[in-house]
Amino acid sequence: MRMPDTSEILLQAEGVSLAFGGVKALRDVSFDIKKGEIRAIIGPNGAGKTSMLNVINGFYHPNHGAITFKGRTRAQMQPFEASRGGIARTFQNVALFKGMSALDNIMAGRTLKMRRGLLWQMLHYGPALAEEIENRHRVEEIIDFLEIEAIRKVPVARLAYGLQKRVELGRALAMEPDLLLLDEPMAGMNLEEKEDMSRFIIDVNNHYGTTIALIEHDMAVVMDLSHRVVVLDHGVKIADGSPDEVKKNQGVIGAYLGVAH
Amino acid sequence: MIALGQFLEVLIGGLMSGVLYSLVALGFVLIFKASGVFNFAQGAMVLLAGLALVRSLDLLVAWGFAPWAAITLGIGFAAVIMAITAWLIERFVVGPLVNQDALSLFMSTIGVTFVLEGAAQMIFGSDVYPLRLFPTDVWLLFESQFPGGILVNKLDVWGAFIAGILVAGLAIFFQRTKTGRALRAVADDHLAAQSVGIPISWIWFVVWLAAGLVALVAATVWGTKLGVQFSITFLALKALPVLIIGGLTSIPGAIVGGLIVGAGEKIAEVFLGPHIGGGIEYWFAYVLALAVLLARPQGLFGERIIERI
Amino acid sequence: MLYREAGQFKTTYAEDMAIFPIRQDRIALGVLLGIAFVGVPLLATFRIWPFASEYLLWAILLPFLILALAAIGVNILVGYCGQISLGSGAFMAIGAYSAYKLGTGVHIPLAWLGFTISIPPLPVLSSILLGGFTAAVIGILFGIPSLRIKGLYLAVATLAAQFFFDWVFLRVPWFTNYAPSGSVNAPELNFFGLIVRTPIERYLLCLIFVTVFAVLAKNFVRGNLGRQWMAIRDMDIAAELIGIQPLYAKLTAFAVSSFIIGVAGALWAFVYLGSWEPLAFSIDRSLQLLFMVIIGGLGSIMGSFVGAAFILILPIMLNLIPTQLGVPLSTETITHLEFIIFGSLICYLLIKEPHGFARLISIGKEKLRLWPFPY
Repeated sequence: MRMPDTSEILLQAEGVSLAFGGVKALRDVSFDIKKGEIRAIIGPNGAGKTSMLNVINGFYHPNHGAITFKGRTRAQMQPFEASRGGIARTFQNVALFKGMSALDNIMAGRTLKMRRGLLWQMLHYGPALAEEIENRHRVEEIIDFLEIEAIRKVPVARLAYGLQKRVELGRALAMEPDLLLLDEPMAGMNLEEKEDMSRFIIDVNNHYGTTIALIEHDMAVVMDLSHRVVVLDHGVKIADGSPDEVKKNQGVIGAYLGVAH
Repeated sequence: MIALGQFLEVLIGGLMSGVLYSLVALGFVLIFKASGVFNFAQGAMVLLAGLALVRSLDLLVAWGFAPWAAITLGIGFAAVIMAITAWLIERFVVGPLVNQDALSLFMSTIGVTFVLEGAAQMIFGSDVYPLRLFPTDVWLLFESQFPGGILVNKLDVWGAFIAGILVAGLAIFFQRTKTGRALRAVADDHLAAQSVGIPISWIWFVVWLAAGLVALVAATVWGTKLGVQFSITFLALKALPVLIIGGLTSIPGAIVGGLIVGAGEKIAEVFLGPHIGGGIEYWFAYVLALAVLLARPQGLFGERIIERI
Repeated sequence: MLYREAGQFKTTYAEDMAIFPIRQDRIALGVLLGIAFVGVPLLATFRIWPFASEYLLWAILLPFLILALAAIGVNILVGYCGQISLGSGAFMAIGAYSAYKLGTGVHIPLAWLGFTISIPPLPVLSSILLGGFTAAVIGILFGIPSLRIKGLYLAVATLAAQFFFDWVFLRVPWFTNYAPSGSVNAPELNFFGLIVRTPIERYLLCLIFVTVFAVLAKNFVRGNLGRQWMAIRDMDIAAELIGIQPLYAKLTAFAVSSFIIGVAGALWAFVYLGSWEPLAFSIDRSLQLLFMVIIGGLGSIMGSFVGAAFILILPIMLNLIPTQLGVPLSTETITHLEFIIFGSLICYLLIKEPHGFARLISIGKEKLRLWPFPY
């Protein structure tokens, strides 16, 4: 696995604690994500992985601790601040806009890049159309990259699950993010689909230089794809290092009690 | 200076009519609590129940039945009609829509409203039918303390009494009986409920039947007050602010909300109305509900809605 | 083979994004516009069937156009942006009464300051457009709570608007220029010197308004703003995450929607009714518009037209057909039948085809593209 050139830290989580009533989802979790790397967050079910992503995203606000992203530290962040700052995300249960086509979903990801206001939109012809075409070019590149040209006009509700996940990835890519958060991108896929998705993730990291944090259960994928791994269990960080280091960690083996699928 | 006597009279009258709103609101809460469906058709159900009752009563009396027999049979008949309606709604509308979003279910109940209104009037007629099940005269209380006494409507008192019994009965039903527990399970998570063997279709039928019977009770009181007629369906619209203020999932909330709306309306009308033109009753409840919504979206007693991804 | 796309290549993205990318559709539209702008007026002027009497123009086409316009407005808010509204009637009223006041001169006495703000009567076109603008402003105000209030709760809030404005226009005499009967007459329809009076002229006027607004609405809807609206409708949390600001999206939806509905209200009052009372814009109207949008198709401009046509034509059919069959029904029965049919249709469509007749039509078109082959 080619290591990223720089050791510059893109995101730092420090002492993050999160509780819902009596349930402690995260307890004093600290780790960093380096620019240009693929960081895996793993752990048994209920370990707090998705909660961690939600905190990075700004959905949940930690009770203690802070997130430093691109040099700015903040304890609370609103979701749209995160997206503006360059964080994009996919979800465990595909969060696509079911009423729209694949193309429209990905075009929606370009919203932050589209500036033309109400009046120009109303006229359509002129600056708004030019902007639309310009962004369409970019989106078509992404569609090319993800090999989904054939289904671009299909309403996403009608697509197979694997394709939906790809469209969701496309929508996240359309934001041209600095940090891409992937929540179980391989869930529910067969071997072929997983290989395709892995290839895309690696390509995104190589080609666009995007830093990626991903939650994943498939150990083989994690070992092959990621540069470094963070392991959570019951909200606590129990290991942090390269895939090989983590694989041999007794605590990790104990937490999983066997091999993941 | 406002006479205390007058204020008390308006207040009591308002509280009483508020209880009557609660009677309609209870039907909403039942269905929402048990199935997450907001039943716009509750008012139409009151109309249907009322029409079925009053027309059968008239018929039975015309055939020579004694009043008590006629009333019992009439109520029985209306109950059967509501049961059939509940079955039809569950089978053909909410059952098929069970996996859709709340908005679709809500709009389907708007559809149901129109079907019920049309069908009820086509079958049972669309005139105004007076109902005489409760005394409608008044009591004059505290004549010695206040000039003219305080006017209290006997019908309103009966309505409050019945609402109290209904609330107690529903509370016992939900907390103590097996079916009640099943209803709460279904409301929480209907997939999980199915997986432990609770039959959803049956449960929803029971819920709509219960709401139908609540509508029947509301119809007896409102029908006596206003006569059974099409405009009774607008009660449903009045019950909406009650629900917002009380909280959609709370039975005590429906009562408290009703009291607040009823009292607030009347007091605003009598004391504020003359200054801005009268007819405030028309919208006061709604603006009040809007204010509550802004401050506390779940209502006074409702459950906080937490959205999760 | 009639509807084949073979040979129609789009070489630019602009062509791909056109409103009617398929040539057959463009031809159909051209024919429709030809009939609407040229055919109908000609037939009506020479009293040729079916325009032998003024009935078709006055009682069907005119209300159809205006209500379709209002339905487009409602569709933008409910169908595209997913914000349920039971108060569209009130917004028609706001448009109508604002246009009326602006068209007859606005005098706001400020007693405590000692003078009166007076605006002279504005020309009709300005009054109508400013009426829409007023409705848009009020729409934005009522849209602000929509961030905290969603779904059914929002529906109740819109009902608050409906009942409040019902009361305002009934009880605040300033709006009706202190008319003792409470009903008002529209000012003369003078558009740059052209006086609109006859049914044909009114029809053409509304046709122009509707065509222009339909195009503008379609422009919004196929652009980035439309995508933002639909994103909010489908999953507002995810929408926020890709950078869409829910406040902006919702408020623009309320603004655009209310503007269109307001203009439709002004047209309804000025051009169709001529003289009106607040009752013309009651909750029945709101529900009627909602039905048009649900039946015609949520999230479809064409659907708004289809829904409006259906809702207007059904009562007439219910009247005509039994009479033709020799079994005339009483008006009451017809109303009840209407209720039953509308209600059942809504339930049926929500179950089987939530996107209404518009989707059924486009499914039909898809089948037509393959015809006569099965796949």
